[in-house]
Amino acid sequence: MATSKRTTMAVDAAKATTQKLYKSGVDIKGELFRAVLLLSIIVAVGMLGSLIAYVIWRGWDRLDWNLFVNNPSSIFLDTAGFAPAIVGTIYVMLGVLVTVVPIGVSAAIYLEEYADRTRWYNRLVEVNIQNLAAVPSIVFGILGLAFVVRGWLNLGFVAFAGSLTLAMMVLPTVIIASREAIRAVPPLIRQASYGLGATRWQTIRHNVLPAATPGIITGTILAMSRAIGETAPLLLVGATTFVLFTPESPFEGAYSAIPVQIFQWAARPQDEFRILAAAGAIVLLVLLLAMNSVAIWIRARLTKDT
Amino acid sequence: MTHTKFTRSGLVAAGTSTMLVLAACSSGATDETPSGDALSGAVVIDGSSTVAPLTEVAVELFAAVQPDVRISVGVSGTGGGFEKFCNGETDISEASRPIKDEEAQRCADAGIGFVQLGLANDGLAVVVNPENTWAQCLTVEEVSSMWRPDSPVDSWADVRDGFPDEPIALFGPGSDSGTFDFFTDEVNGDSGAIRSDYNDIGEDDSAAILGVSGATGATAFIPLSFVNEAGGQIKAIEIVNDNGDCVAPSLETVLTGEYSPLGRQLFVYPSDVALEKPQVLAFLEYYINNQAEIAELAGFIPLNEDQEAEALERLNSLIDG
Repeated sequence: MATSKRTTMAVDAAKATTQKLYKSGVDIKGELFRAVLLLSIIVAVGMLGSLIAYVIWRGWDRLDWNLFVNNPSSIFLDTAGFAPAIVGTIYVMLGVLVTVVPIGVSAAIYLEEYADRTRWYNRLVEVNIQNLAAVPSIVFGILGLAFVVRGWLNLGFVAFAGSLTLAMMVLPTVIIASREAIRAVPPLIRQASYGLGATRWQTIRHNVLPAATPGIITGTILAMSRAIGETAPLLLVGATTFVLFTPESPFEGAYSAIPVQIFQWAARPQDEFRILAAAGAIVLLVLLLAMNSVAIWIRARLTKDT
Repeated sequence: MTHTKFTRSGLVAAGTSTMLVLAACSSGATDETPSGDALSGAVVIDGSSTVAPLTEVAVELFAAVQPDVRISVGVSGTGGGFEKFCNGETDISEASRPIKDEEAQRCADAGIGFVQLGLANDGLAVVVNPENTWAQCLTVEEVSSMWRPDSPVDSWADVRDGFPDEPIALFGPGSDSGTFDFFTDEVNGDSGAIRSDYNDIGEDDSAAILGVSGATGATAFIPLSFVNEAGGQIKAIEIVNDNGDCVAPSLETVLTGEYSPLGRQLFVYPSDVALEKPQVLAFLEYYINNQAEIAELAGFIPLNEDQEAEALERLNSLIDG
């Protein structure tokens, strides 16, 4: 009822506006709005572009193969590289992926398909997830230090502890995006599935999830992109800056990560280190683009199939 | 955010000029293989970001001798490093100041014994604008009169009779810095005690140099290694030591101990448990025996002979005990 009333009002308003503009001939407001939107795009893209241009300009001298294959060095500043940090970041991100996707998607399915929204505890969970998305990342670092590195899980300062900490941080993003994707699946599909005698789980498994997958992947890309650049929580859960080896495994030994390495080098007094930090930002961008390209490729394939 | 303790006194001098002599230095150091056995295992080091550049050089040189020992160097800050150390989570803790009583107590409560090894020297310089011709030599009390909490001093005329009535502008690092801890402790008598209206330049010591070079009456405290780096933009003033002599900060005066009380040592603290691991012991022996090359590469002031002997002796005392 309410919806239909609102729709009627919106349609009326749109009609009135169009007629008015049509009469006056010149669409001043429309043009103005267009200009504002264009300006917003220019500001957003311009800032990103100038940032990328700056790091490339700053790091240009050090953009070589050494950057990817060499260990960090405090002696040979001209050939120091990010190799252990790159491997560390890949370990950490794989850990985030394998924890955040199953948990996040499951939570989204429950909230969308099973939860009774009239129950107070379901509403509490929803409010909490919305709020978690706004918690500063350093707080997740403290949480990770208290419960993952020490305390309950007691993993120690290892890469997987970093993964779990970052996973907690980006979980709300995945849940919220997955819920939107699941909600966007037309009810007709569900009803058709039920009509053919499928159970609720069969409907979700064979109809809802495949249709929602592109949206879920988009949410995952956003979450992983945020996690890969995160520094503060990793500092707390033990990502070190100077290791001359790749970690034994995600569950053992010290590890480094690219953002942490960049952060430390950017604060050193020598110009070589600052150039190195800028070059490191490019390494991080390359890794991020590679990761997202794979995800986008998977999404494109899935969208074609369905 | 106690995990960031930058003072950046580190690698400044290991700039381009030092790079030229690198090959010679590093090959010279790696020839001195401490023992024939190939060691393995992990060494976990954490602590001061001031000391980290020094330890990193040691680790790199040591890796050429014992490539299978996996050493990691973190930078949680002096205080953050001790927290992990007394939790038994690290083997060696780095510090740009001696361990505090409460930190030592926490280690004792956890049953962790340790020893303090000084591995390089560093100094703090009080710098002024080159046009400041009156302040050549100050006593610690005079420096303190400018910096102590609630100090009413806002002109050089208030510091000493006869100084011109030139307004003072104060620049210094923020409270996360080990340099800040050290200066406030030595000059104002209490770590963290400082007037609240100075220009806090955070962790960026170069900003203090810029600030001082911009105003005739300005002054700042910065790590000694930054003074040479800054060239003629600023000048370091002499400080009256306990013997009543005016001493200018320099490599020699810090090394001999004449530049007091603002000369300092940089420390590492190994735990007794960690020293039972042969790779930790081998690394520390290498660190002490090659401290001169390591300090030079990292831009610090090496230990003198007495200090080096003391470090070795302390290391041995913990092994025997």
